Amino acid sequence: MSIKKQYDVVVIGAGPSGLAAAIEAKKGGADDVLVIERDVELGGILLQCIHNGFGLQTFKEDLPGPEYAQRFINEAKSLGITFLMDTMVMDVTSQRKLYLSSKDFGYLEVDAHAIVLAMGCRERSRAQVRIPGYRPNGVFTAGTAQRWVNVEGFMPGNKFVILGSGDIGMIMARRLTFEGAKVERVLEIQSYLSGLSRNYVQCLEDWGIPLQLRHTIKKIHGKNRVEAIESVAVDDKWNFIPGTEEIISCDTLLLSVGLIPENELSKKAGVMLDPVTGGPFVDEHFQTNVPGIFAAGNVVHVYDLVDYVSMAGFEAGKSAAEFALAEKERAARYIPLKAGKNVRYIVPHKLDKKALEQGDISLQMRVTQPIEEDVWLEVRGEENSIVRRSERYVRPGEMVTIVLKSSMAAEVEKTGVLTVDIYPKSEA
Amino acid sequence: MQEKYDYLVIGGGVVGSMIARWLSRYEGRVLLIEKEADLGMGCSSANTAIVHAGYDPLPGSLKALMNVRANPMWDQLAGELGFAFERRGDYVVAVGEEELPLVDKLMQQGIKNGVPGMRMIDGAEMRSRERDINPEVSGALWASTGGLCDPFQVTVAAAENAVNNGATVLFNTAFEDFIWEGSRIIGVKTNRGDFFARWVINAAGIYSDDVMHKAGVRPEFFIKARKGEYFIFDRAEVQIHNVLFPVPSSRGKGILVTGTLHENTIIGPNANIIDDKEDTSLTKEGMDELLSGAQKLIPSLNLKHSIANFVGLRPMGNGPCLTPGINYNNDFVIEIPEKVQGFVNLGGIESPGLTSAPAIAERVVDLMKDAGEIFIDKKDWDPIRPARPRFSKLTHQERKLLCEIDPRYGRIICRCENVTEGEIVAEIHAPVPAQTYDAIKRRTWLGTGRCQGGFDMSRVVAILAREMGTSPFEITKRGEGSEYLIRTTKNVEVENVD
Repeated sequence: MSIKKQYDVVVIGAGPSGLAAAIEAKKGGADDVLVIERDVELGGILLQCIHNGFGLQTFKEDLPGPEYAQRFINEAKSLGITFLMDTMVMDVTSQRKLYLSSKDFGYLEVDAHAIVLAMGCRERSRAQVRIPGYRPNGVFTAGTAQRWVNVEGFMPGNKFVILGSGDIGMIMARRLTFEGAKVERVLEIQSYLSGLSRNYVQCLEDWGIPLQLRHTIKKIHGKNRVEAIESVAVDDKWNFIPGTEEIISCDTLLLSVGLIPENELSKKAGVMLDPVTGGPFVDEHFQTNVPGIFAAGNVVHVYDLVDYVSMAGFEAGKSAAEFALAEKERAARYIPLKAGKNVRYIVPHKLDKKALEQGDISLQMRVTQPIEEDVWLEVRGEENSIVRRSERYVRPGEMVTIVLKSSMAAEVEKTGVLTVDIYPKSEA
Repeated sequence: MQEKYDYLVIGGGVVGSMIARWLSRYEGRVLLIEKEADLGMGCSSANTAIVHAGYDPLPGSLKALMNVRANPMWDQLAGELGFAFERRGDYVVAVGEEELPLVDKLMQQGIKNGVPGMRMIDGAEMRSRERDINPEVSGALWASTGGLCDPFQVTVAAAENAVNNGATVLFNTAFEDFIWEGSRIIGVKTNRGDFFARWVINAAGIYSDDVMHKAGVRPEFFIKARKGEYFIFDRAEVQIHNVLFPVPSSRGKGILVTGTLHENTIIGPNANIIDDKEDTSLTKEGMDELLSGAQKLIPSLNLKHSIANFVGLRPMGNGPCLTPGINYNNDFVIEIPEKVQGFVNLGGIESPGLTSAPAIAERVVDLMKDAGEIFIDKKDWDPIRPARPRFSKLTHQERKLLCEIDPRYGRIICRCENVTEGEIVAEIHAPVPAQTYDAIKRRTWLGTGRCQGGFDMSRVVAILAREMGTSPFEITKRGEGSEYLIRTTKNVEVENVD
């Protein structure tokens, strides 16, 4: 597989928003669409979401996560979109240059006319909720446990307590119960559920897993592996209520305490973030403050349903394609100016052919070596000479100017590069 | 057949590892035994990572002597052992006029200790050097020789250099008792059998009192754990570059705010003396204390940007200062006891123990020479331990080259800290191998970012199992009893998942 140096649209992340963005970008006329995915498979976090409940809006069907993803993957592949898997984007610049790292392809640079950020989000960890006690093994985020159980086929524990009533936590409570584990309790510090009500009914209530609102963890016990947690009730200000402590014996504590948009790359590209959502500020086309950089899905704000994530991806992909096509057309109008024989540099470095149609353009340059006799200053295209004028001498200390007349626009149009040479007439 | 060594070091913290490294330059077999599954699992991996200038210890104490002797050794040491070290300097910050005399006292103490490169700066200068500092700052002591290191790297690099020069390091090997021949120690009993040696060195950190008591030395010496809790902040949100101490109190150097060589800001430690030498639990009170302590220096600190905590237990001993006329009872113990032969005894090596480690190692060798040990230089001793590449620290061009040499460096396993499969595999097969998740974490800084291992954990477990040729069920966080996985799900065949 050959990787180009330049793509119309590069999408970072092949989860639901990235797949949707890539599809819509391609349909919107972007020829070269590249999707970069750090995992070895496409589909993002949907691959470990083997429960159903996906696609009710998009497909009017109730699908498990991997199947929902597969429909997008199939469409993307049939459209001829390029995918780079097991590849990490290390850096993105505001000029839309990307640095990629991969075991198979090495360390690469790629330029994009437009970029869609679709990195999704990550789970909040223990320190962010500040749980006192030991730091043994057996404290995992719900998503880490979900990957082990659903993708790798391992059980990270037998007896669980889950902190937080987020959707992944509740879904994992049911999943672990299917696998013969005991979920002792789900604790939620707030007075209300933080996930979907349907998940409470289907994942906790139906399986007799107790949920305690206004409860949190006072201490984790166990030095090497979790042995128990001490739960406690809290008041309106989340202060512990003395006397309500309870020791719950368990070997694993799962955290389902919220998701944070993952925007390290966005920041590198100069994208400004909303402190409330943790994601980029975007306009109605999901364009960020950096022209040509779009963002969609959980990287912008955390969604409740994947269908809405896909819709956001469609919009961002469509807008990215529009931007890329305009950018490509603009880029195609330019031809580079090349310093030829005895020319050190030329300003401007590139020339807008449309601008030449509208008026004369003066090229300024300096020579490399002095020539103390009559010289030609010549601008030429790939095959034809465009303009030539003479001077009695040229010296590095004195700037040289050649004017391209707007009448030459038709000649310039024929070439992909302009070269300037300065040489003695005696050599002509 | 019993194993016979010349020198046996008990304890693989920074002090034990440094001693092993110092001894490895001489002829003779060196063995270092460590009860845990990795080096530096005690105080050496949970401290402030500061190489102190030396104004803090009491003049005349062994702590002062060792600190001031060791501080200038660090540049060469870092160069030889290839660990991160930066002489960033540090500040002791006075808030309000009433704290100024305390800072001045420290300056005078530093002068007595022979600390170079200190001066007092006024509040305005301090504010210009640290824009987030408490506006009430009235002045500060600036100590230009203060430094920052990566203490995990220091410990690993020292032990690794010892191994490269012929030493042996054994993990999961716990000291149980001494083996005697009259009044001479000739070896140790451990959970993994007996090891004989002409010299045994006690570098057992927080348990050094137990070890010396088994040798019949200093029955009155006891170590208490001085527990210190810390917060680590997200470098994307909080960037304090400077090393900022408050004025010290009777409880120690106080809660400081400091940058680290990993560019994370940390705050801590508090100091609570506890009896349980294993109590590394975080407390709610401690967390509150840390924040208010740190906000005295940097009022804008907000705990919502903290990404991790850790707890260190400093081995506070009651060793008396041996300088006549100085009444101080928390000094280092570094001695060859009169009544026991073949034994070098260390105890109470708390702060500035990390700083002092090279000077302590040097002193141990000197004491042994004084006791008649003849050291012969190894002809082929190599002081250089080459550092292994850290992908995230390389330029784009260097990364490209590294990926061409070994494609595994192209695969990112930890996405927050950009640690690659190549780095992980290199640590697993290093001269002192990393065999647990935490060992890899400490060596590569993997899993220390915002997601705290959420993404890399299952992948690292799989890589460890693959590289060690073992089952994923055997892989632990920090040694036996801290396994990750309990069983397979129903009807699933175990494969080596990568």
